[in-house]
Amino acid sequence: MSTKITTKERLKIERQAMPEQDATARAAAFCEVNLGFTEKLAMLEAQRCLLCKEPKCVAGCPVMVNIPRFIQFIANGDLAAAARSLLGDNALPAITGRVCPQETQCEIECIRGLKGMSVAIGHLERFVADWSYRLANQVVTAPPQPTGKKIAVIGSGPAGLTAAGELVKLGHEVTVYEALHKPGGVLVYGIPEFRLPKQIVKEEVERLQQAGVKIECNVVIGRTYTLQELRARFDAVFIANGAGLPTFMNVPGENLKGVYSANEYLTRVNLMAAYKFPSADTPVIVGKRVAVVGGGNVAMDAVRTGRRLGASSAMIVYRRTKKEMPARAEEIHHAEQEGILFEFLVAPVEILGNDQRWVTGLKCRRMQLGEPDASGRRSPVPIPGSEFVIECDVVVVAIGSRANPLLTSTCPELKLNRNGNIAADANGMTNLPGVFAGGDIVRGAATVILAMGDGKRAAQTIDGYLKKA
Amino acid sequence: MHEVLSKKQLSPNVTRLDVMAQRIAEIRQPGQFVIVRRGEGAERIPLTIADADPAAGSIALVIQAVGKTTRELVALNPGDSIQDISGPLGRPTDLIASGRALCVGGGVGTAVIHPIAQGLHRQGVAVVSIIGGRSKEWVIFEEELRKLGEVIVCTDDGSYGRKGFVTDAAKDVLAAGGVDCVYAVGPVPMMRAVAAVTKPLGVHTIVSLNPVMVDGTGMCGGCRVSVNNETKFACVDGPEFDGHLVDFDLLWDRLGTYRAQEKESMARHEESCRIGLEKPKAV
Repeated sequence: MSTKITTKERLKIERQAMPEQDATARAAAFCEVNLGFTEKLAMLEAQRCLLCKEPKCVAGCPVMVNIPRFIQFIANGDLAAAARSLLGDNALPAITGRVCPQETQCEIECIRGLKGMSVAIGHLERFVADWSYRLANQVVTAPPQPTGKKIAVIGSGPAGLTAAGELVKLGHEVTVYEALHKPGGVLVYGIPEFRLPKQIVKEEVERLQQAGVKIECNVVIGRTYTLQELRARFDAVFIANGAGLPTFMNVPGENLKGVYSANEYLTRVNLMAAYKFPSADTPVIVGKRVAVVGGGNVAMDAVRTGRRLGASSAMIVYRRTKKEMPARAEEIHHAEQEGILFEFLVAPVEILGNDQRWVTGLKCRRMQLGEPDASGRRSPVPIPGSEFVIECDVVVVAIGSRANPLLTSTCPELKLNRNGNIAADANGMTNLPGVFAGGDIVRGAATVILAMGDGKRAAQTIDGYLKKA
Repeated sequence: MHEVLSKKQLSPNVTRLDVMAQRIAEIRQPGQFVIVRRGEGAERIPLTIADADPAAGSIALVIQAVGKTTRELVALNPGDSIQDISGPLGRPTDLIASGRALCVGGGVGTAVIHPIAQGLHRQGVAVVSIIGGRSKEWVIFEEELRKLGEVIVCTDDGSYGRKGFVTDAAKDVLAAGGVDCVYAVGPVPMMRAVAAVTKPLGVHTIVSLNPVMVDGTGMCGGCRVSVNNETKFACVDGPEFDGHLVDFDLLWDRLGTYRAQEKESMARHEESCRIGLEKPKAV
C-alpha cells in the first residue's frame, strides 16, 4: 500500500468499471443497479489520480469536496481518514456518490479525462461513504462548541439536509420541518430505489440526527406554522422546500384515469412502496404500455419504474433528439439496456380514452429542430399533418415542476422572482432579515448536487449572519 | 404518534375517533382536513377535522369504514396510536359574514358540515341544517348541529324525521326564501343534486370535494378536479369550490380509478382476518 508510485505507473492503470446487476434481471426488480466498488477496485482506481497541485476537479464540485485528498487516503489504504476527509466536506456523500452527474461536474474537469478516461470520482465517493456506515466508530469527530443559536430549516430534501448538517457542525441548534411523513424530499419520493436505496437515505438522515439535527415530520409550513411564526421563534430560517408543483401539458384528456404527473407516479411507487401492493396499501395503476413524456432524469426514473412494475412496453416521448436530453448519460444508457423505447422529435397533442375514460393512447405530432432558443437548445417545430397515435394505457407527464406556492402565498412580504421562485442572492440571502433560501425553490427544478451546494453556501452565510447578530 | 383518546360508533359504519394532535386542534379552521397514515405500510388518506378540543389537544376524525384502511382505523381503540397526522390542510371555508345559511350534510358528510355550521354560528349567521341517512340509525351529528340552529332530519325510508332525500327538504327551505348561501357536503350524487337545485335560484353554493389524495400539499396533482373548466388541485385550491362550476362527472369518474385495487386490498384484508394467519400490522 505505497503511495510511491510514479505518474507513469498511475497513467498505465485503466479506469475500473462499476460492477452492476445484469440488465435483464434488474429490469424486473427495484434493487440497486450499480453494485459499488470492492476495496481492491477502489484502491486501484484511486491510484489513477495524479494528485494535481491545482486540482480542477474540486472547482467542478458544487460542494467543493477536496477530491485529491480523500482519494489519496484511499490509495494509501487509510479508509477512516478518507471518510473523515469526505464527510468534513460533504454532508451526504452516499447520496451524491450515487446521483450526481459527475460526468458534467468533477469528472469533466479531471486532467486524466482530457486524454482518456477521467478518475471515477463519484464511484470512489460512494465507496468511502458506504464503507463509513459499516465502520462508523472509526470516523468519529469531536462535537462542536454550542453557539446557543436556533435555526429552522423548511424542507428535508438535499438542500435542507445539507444546510442542517453544516449548521450543527458549526454548533448551532437546528430543527428541520418536513411536510411528508419521511425526511429526504426528492431523495425518498422522487428518485427510485434502484438508483438510490431508501435505506441509504435513512442512514444519511440518521447520521445527521446523531450529530444533533432535529427533524419534525408532518409539519406543513404555510399551514401548520407560518413563516412569520418561525421567524419569531428562531434566530434564522432557511427555506428549502423545493419545486414540488407538477406541470401538466394542458392538452385534452389529461384528467383521464391512467394519467399521472411524474410526482404522483413516483411518490406512489417510491415513498408509498406501491410496487409492493397489496403488501403495502397504496395502489398504482400498472400499465401494459407506459408512455412517459419528457427527457430529463425524472422522465428516465418514471419510465424505468414503469418497466419494473411490469409494463411490456415502456417508452420515452421527447420533443427533441437524444442529444438534447437533459437526463444523465448513465441513466439513458441504463434505460436503453433495460429495453426502454424512445420516440424522439415527438410532442403529444391529446390523450385519448375509452368509454370508461381510461387512457388508450397518446396522439402525437412529429417535430423538427428549428433555431436555437434562449437556452441554446434548438426549438422543436411541429411538422404539419404528421399526427399519429402511440397506444398506451398509462401516461406519465414528466415535463418539469415549479415552485409550490403554498408557503410563499402565506408570506407576501417575501420577495419572489418572475417564475414564482424565491428571490435569493448567490449566498442564499432573501429580502427578509434572517430568512435564507436555496435549492429548487430559488433555482427552479435543478439537480440534487446544486441544491446541496446551495445548502452548504447558505449555512456559511447564516453562520456569518448569526455571528454579526 | 397520535394517541386515540376516545372512540364512539355514530352509525352502523361510521366511527368517531378523538385523537391527540395539539397544534392542529389549536389552529384548525372550518373546512380543513388532515392526512392520516396509520402506520408502516399504510396509505395516506384525507379526513376532515370534524371538531377539535384545543384544551385537551385533540381533534375529532369521523371515519366511514369503506375499505381496508378505514376499517383498520376504526378498529383502533383508546390507547392505540396513529403514526402520522399532517395538517391542518386545505383552505378554510369561505364563511358568509351575516344572514342565513343552509348547511346540507349527507351520510358521513354531515361530520364535515359540523365545523362549517360551527364557524357560521360563531359569527352570528343563522344556520339551518338538513341532514340525512338511509334510516334512523344512519343519522349522525344531529345533537351537535341542534346546538347551532334549526335541524331538519331526512331518512330515505322515513324511519326518522322527514321521508326522502336531503335535496327534497333543501328545495322546500329554498322555496321559502331567505337563504344567502348553501354549504353541501356528502356523496358526489348528493352534492350534484343540491347544486342543481340551487343553480336556477342563483343561490351561491359551496361544496366540499373528496377526490383521491396522496400528499395533500399540492405536489402531485392526484386530487385534480375541474372547476369552471380549469384544473384545480383540491388539496391546496380547495377542498371547497363553487358547486355550480364543479365538473361532478369527472370527480365521480376519477374516484373510481382504484376500484379494482381497493377490492383486492379489501379481499386480502378480510381473508387474513378470517383465517387469522396474519395479525393486523402493529401501529
